[in-house]
Amino acid sequence: MEQSLLTAIFATGIIAGTPILFAALGEILSEQAGVLNLGVEGMMLVGAVTGFMITMETNNQWLGLLAAIGAGGLMALIHAFLTITLRANQVVSGLALTIFGTGLSGYLGQTLIGKPLQATFKAVPIPGLSQIPWVGPSLFQHDLLVYLGYIGVAVCWFVLYRTKAGLKIRAVGENPSAADAAGVNVFAIRYVCVVLGGMLAGLGGAYLSLAYAPSWLENMTAGRGWIAVALVIFATWNPTKAFLGSWLFGVVDILGFHLQNLGITVSSFFLKMLPYVITIVVLIIVSRETKKRHVASPGALGIPYNREER
Amino acid sequence: MMGCEWMWKINFEKRSTTPRIVLFLVPLLSIIVGLVFVGFFIAGTGKSPLYIYGLMFEGAFGSAYGLSETVVKSIPLILTGLGVALAFRMQLWNIGAEGQLYMGAFGATWLALNFPMWPAYLLLPGMLIMSFITGGIWGLLPAIPRAYFKVNETITTLLLNYVGILWVDYLVYGPWRDPKGFNFPITAPFSENAILPILGDSRIHAGLIVGILAAVVLYIILKYTKWGFEIRVSGESGAAAHYAGMNYIRNILLVMFVSGGLAGIAGMTEVSGITQRLQHGISPGYGYSAIIIAWLARLNPWAVVLVSFLFGGLLVGGYSIQTSGFPAATVAMLQGAILFFVVGGEIFVGYRLTWRSKGGNQ
Repeated sequence: MEQSLLTAIFATGIIAGTPILFAALGEILSEQAGVLNLGVEGMMLVGAVTGFMITMETNNQWLGLLAAIGAGGLMALIHAFLTITLRANQVVSGLALTIFGTGLSGYLGQTLIGKPLQATFKAVPIPGLSQIPWVGPSLFQHDLLVYLGYIGVAVCWFVLYRTKAGLKIRAVGENPSAADAAGVNVFAIRYVCVVLGGMLAGLGGAYLSLAYAPSWLENMTAGRGWIAVALVIFATWNPTKAFLGSWLFGVVDILGFHLQNLGITVSSFFLKMLPYVITIVVLIIVSRETKKRHVASPGALGIPYNREER
Repeated sequence: MMGCEWMWKINFEKRSTTPRIVLFLVPLLSIIVGLVFVGFFIAGTGKSPLYIYGLMFEGAFGSAYGLSETVVKSIPLILTGLGVALAFRMQLWNIGAEGQLYMGAFGATWLALNFPMWPAYLLLPGMLIMSFITGGIWGLLPAIPRAYFKVNETITTLLLNYVGILWVDYLVYGPWRDPKGFNFPITAPFSENAILPILGDSRIHAGLIVGILAAVVLYIILKYTKWGFEIRVSGESGAAAHYAGMNYIRNILLVMFVSGGLAGIAGMTEVSGITQRLQHGISPGYGYSAIIIAWLARLNPWAVVLVSFLFGGLLVGGYSIQTSGFPAATVAMLQGAILFFVVGGEIFVGYRLTWRSKGGNQ
């Protein structure tokens, strides 16, 4: 295969993986603190629609992006209140968030369908780095948000594994009563992580509507939020592995397009199934492996913390 | 932090007994508060929420036609709702009812298109069984990795929704497309024998009887059989079920198969009773509403029937406000909001709320 095609697959995989990456980083933060949030899909959709709406109003994609981040955070705040304060079932509350977010985004976006966007995020090659053969076109000829994703991975990893705050987060997710006894405010840490997680999901959604395919379509995330939740498990709650995983899923996502360019004719319906089927298969393989190697999820994941029952 | 300090000052006292009235009030209040919450969004568009809700109520329950449409919509909701409730009882988070419904419709259609000449008394039960099996397999697929390797079934059941819907789309846009269908994504119409009888002078079809029968059977199973007891115990604690000598793995597989099968039957009653052929988009998200219905009904089969009727009304009411410029998504938003309040209100079932004073005198 020639270089241009390979780098094209590599580069489009990075772009297609970016929304999943942001959402997965957010979910890692939330789950490391012990709160499962299945509302990723809904938060992404609300982020996508608010980002699009505000960008259209203001003609400034950065304001749109900020609005999307805020909207994702607000959505997550509902989940935080229900699951942390009211100790509601995290699975059902997350599902409610997804159902509500799907409805809300459709409601807000009904007049936006099919409208073009003037201000979008466009590719900004990084001087120097983008000239490196193979690597440059694959990694460094994208829009600024893709680079923000690279930075996000590094920051998330550093915070979680190299700072005191990260230690507290992991302690709260692993054993909240012990963390509480050591003077860590379990509730505050969980609130912050869940809300930050929602902000990242909103950012991932806005990437779709402002950079990846600048437009608004109902349900435009098409299950990417769920793929992000699955990705957190493959990545064993590690941001650097989430980066690799999101890239792989980006490649699978875009594979159909490249296969058709190569003249391979498979029904487009089967190509569209591919990301979902591969996610399921990989999830099964990885779950078997982690079971063997005893890599466990955060100890208190999914369990509400009740101070009185300490 | 962001002025929400008060949120963790709220204190809950465990109730020794839950008054019966609370079990009833919590879901009822959740619906009302959900309506009020979404009312703010409606008010944001400059329309009166009361007027819009009035239109919805009028559309759903205000006329014989509206009422019969509400019942028609409640049929797939009852069946998917029962399926979801059964799985949730065992703490199996099957959120794949939507895909299971589509696969059930696929199975039923296969039989209807291949054996159109079978007499109705053979073909209709055959389609029912086929839809139960194909829907059930769609529930079983994620159950196997769940049972043996603890693969999270929430994600796998949800992702299979997309696969099931795409599979039906492939068929109706491709090999099964009706050559006389003017290029619409529809199969050929079913033969007379493959169509469910209609009750009286309405669009209500015999699927209603199937749904209510399913609720009766499920109630009896859960309440009076050893298997029902095992499901309840396994739901409380997998380990306890294991030590009590119950076959936990077998129960996971069986429950997910039946759960998917019930949703599959909903697919059969839709294609056989309503569209009378398989087509693109046979469900506007019944399988997702089913999650909310099951939870509102506190996983009780009778309550599923009742709540499905209300949600059928919500869907029909949703159609009647679309002419006022409200998108179909309004109803989805309303459903999500109701679920928030049900989930949040759950704590009042087990706890009494008190406020902790600043000194923390607990």
